[in-house]
Amino acid sequence: MTIAQSRSNSKSLWSDPKFRERLDDVLSPAIAIIILLVLWQLFASLPGATLPSPIRVVQDTWMLILYPFYDRGGTDKGLFWQVFESLKRVAIGYSLAAVVGISIGILIGLNRRISKALDPIFQILRTVPPLAWVPIALAALQQNQPAALFVIFITAIWPILINTAVGVRQIPQDYNNVAQVLQLPQREYFFKILFPAALPYIFTGLRIAIGLAWLAIIAAEIVMSGIVGIGFFIWNAYQNGFVSEIILSLLYIGLVGWLLDKLMVKVQTMILPESQRQ
Amino acid sequence: MQTLRHTAAQPIDQPMRTAPSAFLEIDNVAKIYPTKTGEYTVLENVNLNIQQGEFICLIGHSGCGKTTLLNMVSGFATPTYGEVRLQGKTITKPGPDRMVVFQGYALLPWLTVFENVYLAVNRVYPEKSQGEKAQIVKDHLAMVGLTEAAEKKPPQISGGMKQRVAIARALSIRPEVLVLDEPFGALDAITKEELQEELLKIWNEHRCTVLMITHDIDEALFLADRLVMMTNGPAASIGEVMQIPFARPRDRARIMEMPEYYKLRNYALDFLYNRFAHDDDAEK
Repeated sequence: MTIAQSRSNSKSLWSDPKFRERLDDVLSPAIAIIILLVLWQLFASLPGATLPSPIRVVQDTWMLILYPFYDRGGTDKGLFWQVFESLKRVAIGYSLAAVVGISIGILIGLNRRISKALDPIFQILRTVPPLAWVPIALAALQQNQPAALFVIFITAIWPILINTAVGVRQIPQDYNNVAQVLQLPQREYFFKILFPAALPYIFTGLRIAIGLAWLAIIAAEIVMSGIVGIGFFIWNAYQNGFVSEIILSLLYIGLVGWLLDKLMVKVQTMILPESQRQ
Repeated sequence: MQTLRHTAAQPIDQPMRTAPSAFLEIDNVAKIYPTKTGEYTVLENVNLNIQQGEFICLIGHSGCGKTTLLNMVSGFATPTYGEVRLQGKTITKPGPDRMVVFQGYALLPWLTVFENVYLAVNRVYPEKSQGEKAQIVKDHLAMVGLTEAAEKKPPQISGGMKQRVAIARALSIRPEVLVLDEPFGALDAITKEELQEELLKIWNEHRCTVLMITHDIDEALFLADRLVMMTNGPAASIGEVMQIPFARPRDRARIMEMPEYYKLRNYALDFLYNRFAHDDDAEK
């Protein structure tokens, strides 16, 4: 007690419980990462190890880490540009999936017959993994770019569509009764009741979908040679035996995926009123 | 005072047939639901004529079909046999002329208190200007004492305030019939009494026809012109209709001192707990 008090005079930050907690938030993961790196370093230095150690990775990819913005034309670009190109594809494919998914989701949420008719098709298609769509997308669309977009679209649409439909079906009867007794016109029913009531579910779908879209772009780009993108970058590194570059790219992919999820949460808290958050 | 939106077309559709009849008629109504084990009769032989501007309370044990009966007036349910008519016109679907104050308030949580009421006003008076409609909303929020809370959203206000909004929304569109399904059931005793008095005051000013379900005999005696007591289900029907003779405007303390009050109260209690006791009670 007395020690703590005497310390708090000199270092008041340390005694602040909020600061301690925040420090803990940073420190605990940092320690876990350090342990992981040390273990990795140890295993990588065993005889017969096939993968480079973390120190080796940093040494090998030092130029890539330092210059993410370099651009020597063609596919020889820094990691920022590789990620940026991939994100652009995700943005396009994902937006399309959101628009189409929400629209069809509302439709099947409202109409029991359409829902029954389409449900088996959706249930089968939604379990097809992104990579399995790639050959058919390439065969149908002939070109890498639209095929990549299609793969993102088809991967991301299912959670959006299904969650939207559930959201529409779950509109409380009370709200529909209000609409009925007031005889609200369809347009007003849509904007004042249906859409806001389904919005939390739509956001759940959008958040799951952004993760899937990011998974899909990597899968799609890996098999599409000659395009700028983090997926193809990995494949290219593998073919040239640059294992360290692969590991660095994985780190980038993970970080971007994490940021995308954070971004969705942020958008959700901005748009959804507090009362409707799940 | 009232805007009789539906009366204009009515005499042509339905000629003199219903001319001498009441404002709101529940005519030999039965409601039968098909179930797996056969038909289930909820209501049977229900007849009630209600005059314009009357305040009617419905009382009965749970499961006696009170809500079903109310739903047939509001149009959310249709009778299997018989008819419910408002000003001679058969009721087939919900409409703003029979506005409902729902049991769970049914306010839209993403709209403010003002917007919740405006949604109704805007729908019913499309010909009025935005300013006029906003004024109607403001007047009705003031009437229930919610001017301050106009910009709040329903999750931010108390249950009593939500019920006030629901009442303001219902009254703002000047319905022919105001339908209330146990409006004060979920409120604490003090809020409940306050709201009862407010409702009565507003009703005294506007005199719309009110049809209200309650579980509370005192509430019914304070508010209603007539108390409709239902028999038990299945195949429930109207057991008795009690006239409540207290002069208006009513003062709660005053009428509770009257010997007549206890006579009526005991009569109703006797009806509910002896003559038409709930099955569980009857077995004892």
